[in-house]
Amino acid sequence: MKPINPLRRALLRNGLLGGAGLLLSQIARPFVAGQAETPAAGGNTHGTDAHGMDAHGAMTTVGEVDHERNGFDPHTLLTDWDTGRISILENGQTLREFQLTAIDKEIEIAPGLFFPAWTYNGRVPGPTLRVTEGDRVRVTFVNGGSHPHTIHFHGIHSARMDGVPGVGAGMIAPGQSTVYEFDAFPFGTHLYHCHAIPLKRHIHKGLYGSFIIDPDPAKHPEAADVAESRLLGSAANRRWQEMVMVMNGFDTNFDEENEVYAVNTVAHAYSHKPIPVARDRPVRVYLSNLTEFDPVNSFHLHGNFFDYYDHGTTLQPTSTTVDTIMQCQAQRGILEISFAGFEPGSYMFHAHQSEFPELGWMSFFEVME
Amino acid sequence: MSSDAAVGGARRLDILWALVPLVLLAGLLSLFLATDPLAPLGVSAPPVERLTVERTRLDDSGITLWVRADGSEPLSIAQVQVDGAFWQFSQDPPGRLGRLATAALHIPYPWVQDEAHFITVLSSTGATFEHEIEVATATPQPTFARVLAYALLGIYVGVVPVALGLLFYPWLRTAGRRGVHFLLALTIGLLAFLLVDTLEEGLELAAGAAGAFQASATVWLAAALSFLILVAVGRRHGAAPAGLALAWFLALGIGLHNLGEGLAIGAAFAIGQAALGSFLVIGFTLHNLTEGIGIAATLTRQRAPLLAFVGLAALAGLPAVAGTWIGAFAFAPHWAALFLGIGAGAILQVMVELGAYLARKFVPNDSRGFSAATLGGFASGLAIMYVTGLLLPV
Repeated sequence: MKPINPLRRALLRNGLLGGAGLLLSQIARPFVAGQAETPAAGGNTHGTDAHGMDAHGAMTTVGEVDHERNGFDPHTLLTDWDTGRISILENGQTLREFQLTAIDKEIEIAPGLFFPAWTYNGRVPGPTLRVTEGDRVRVTFVNGGSHPHTIHFHGIHSARMDGVPGVGAGMIAPGQSTVYEFDAFPFGTHLYHCHAIPLKRHIHKGLYGSFIIDPDPAKHPEAADVAESRLLGSAANRRWQEMVMVMNGFDTNFDEENEVYAVNTVAHAYSHKPIPVARDRPVRVYLSNLTEFDPVNSFHLHGNFFDYYDHGTTLQPTSTTVDTIMQCQAQRGILEISFAGFEPGSYMFHAHQSEFPELGWMSFFEVME
Repeated sequence: MSSDAAVGGARRLDILWALVPLVLLAGLLSLFLATDPLAPLGVSAPPVERLTVERTRLDDSGITLWVRADGSEPLSIAQVQVDGAFWQFSQDPPGRLGRLATAALHIPYPWVQDEAHFITVLSSTGATFEHEIEVATATPQPTFARVLAYALLGIYVGVVPVALGLLFYPWLRTAGRRGVHFLLALTIGLLAFLLVDTLEEGLELAAGAAGAFQASATVWLAAALSFLILVAVGRRHGAAPAGLALAWFLALGIGLHNLGEGLAIGAAFAIGQAALGSFLVIGFTLHNLTEGIGIAATLTRQRAPLLAFVGLAALAGLPAVAGTWIGAFAFAPHWAALFLGIGAGAILQVMVELGAYLARKFVPNDSRGFSAATLGGFASGLAIMYVTGLLLPV
């Protein structure tokens, strides 16, 4: 079909000037024909010709992030459990002592793109604290930053230990320190973050991390084997390929909209370099959402389904056989994925708000035999 | 002889006095830079980063932006987002962009015909610079056929209407004295409209230019300077220009204005805003017809050779051709703003000289004629330009 002359289209659309317009449009034709070599329909064919590569190859950040300068690598961060300094109290309870220091630090969140972050221990997300249900947890917090900060743990504890302004130690001034201490309950995958005001700014600047409480198999005889598999270091646990993922975003120009989305801070870290996964060992992801400004974030897996434990506080899945889950801010959960018997290859996963993967929250599992 | 030599020696010494403030200036500047006396003011603000997109090209390989850094410190382009997605790009030349340095960003993005696209350039500090492509369409490349087509476009909106306007000349000559008053005042009215239009256009373009070029100030200063120069040239023999000389100045002023119109049309076609192409052409043709009438009106009291009319039409109309070429193929907002500033000055000069001519030749004998015919003419000039301006989509 002959495409309609754009000039005629304009005339029809406007209908003004009637016959005179039509007459003059004929005079005007040479220039319009000269510029419009691709009339409306031509645009589509253009799309595929635009570049020799596939679309996903081009939709990406350009360059490499210097993980060494950052002081953390998203790949080692996946399995970097901080189990604390362990000792046994007089009552037989296990004591785990941690030290978290707030540090102002510029971090590279996408190649060449720097963000003036506030961090715990110089990394975003902060250390993944991992303890066992019933342990005594003692966290010494030193504020080495330039603003007052706190640590607010999601868990069961006294109001005094809540790490919010005006209660207990309240906001910790720069150069000051405090100790947060409580028993680790309930088991699950939790988190901690700064609760100083203004809250939004303190969270999105990077003051957050995962806090995982493994279930104690002795306390759950009805599902001891499941609890056993979640207990770090147990024989059953060693079969699992566990990793921690914190979904986050960065508003680099401070207009309350994120320019960059990621899991574990660095945009496209796991799409430029996929996460290697052994096919026949199960995968467990401790996932949490610390994205600021957007109401929800999500996790969608390609070519497979998984079981999901909301908050990780149960030993039975709260959703079975799903391929997409969503979390509001501070919501978290455990994903259990099996690639057993799968054809090896790159299995994509990303947020299913299309905007987020396009701005960095795009990843792959590289499933290998 | 000896006294001349003494005077010469004294002059040489006088020059030293000019050096004193310069030496002191250099000294003070180095002292300022060395001691940082403003430190107590707490001037530790982060560097201001600015980036201006000066040109855009869309073709089969994607989108190309020509950007100019314009901040206080060199700027590193870290990433590029198109429509809210990080996109591959290459920078030519690569590396940090110093103040006023330019680079081309090639983005292999599958843009969609006739739709809008938003591009965000992120600097290393996370600052964002946004650029909108309002209607995506392939940017014309300067092929011979296309250069010719743009020339034709310029002729249609510039030369043809001015020439048609000049053809009213024989009829205008039949006008009585009041009729001539009316026509000259009408010309001043339409020039007043063009003056405002040209300044507005210039300032609008200036807003899109890199801040360091101070393009808005350039528009005003270029207008003032070109006005003064043209007045000086016009009156170099003492008297204000009249008759054919005035017609030439009028044609020059209108020509510079049409250069600006050509720029606007060429740039609009190039960036796809001219989907209403025919209306643009029709509108400018009617709009510019009055410019020809204005030129002819200055010649109603004398005979002029035919060749002069050809020359007047060319001077007033052909710059539109150059304008469309520049607008389509080599657009740079700061240069365009400068041209429009010069055009505004030229138009103002013609208004002043026409007003002087009118006052000198006609008004002293007939003050009532001034109020009725000339005021009516002036108002009609404005009205005609306004009404034909309604037809212009840009």
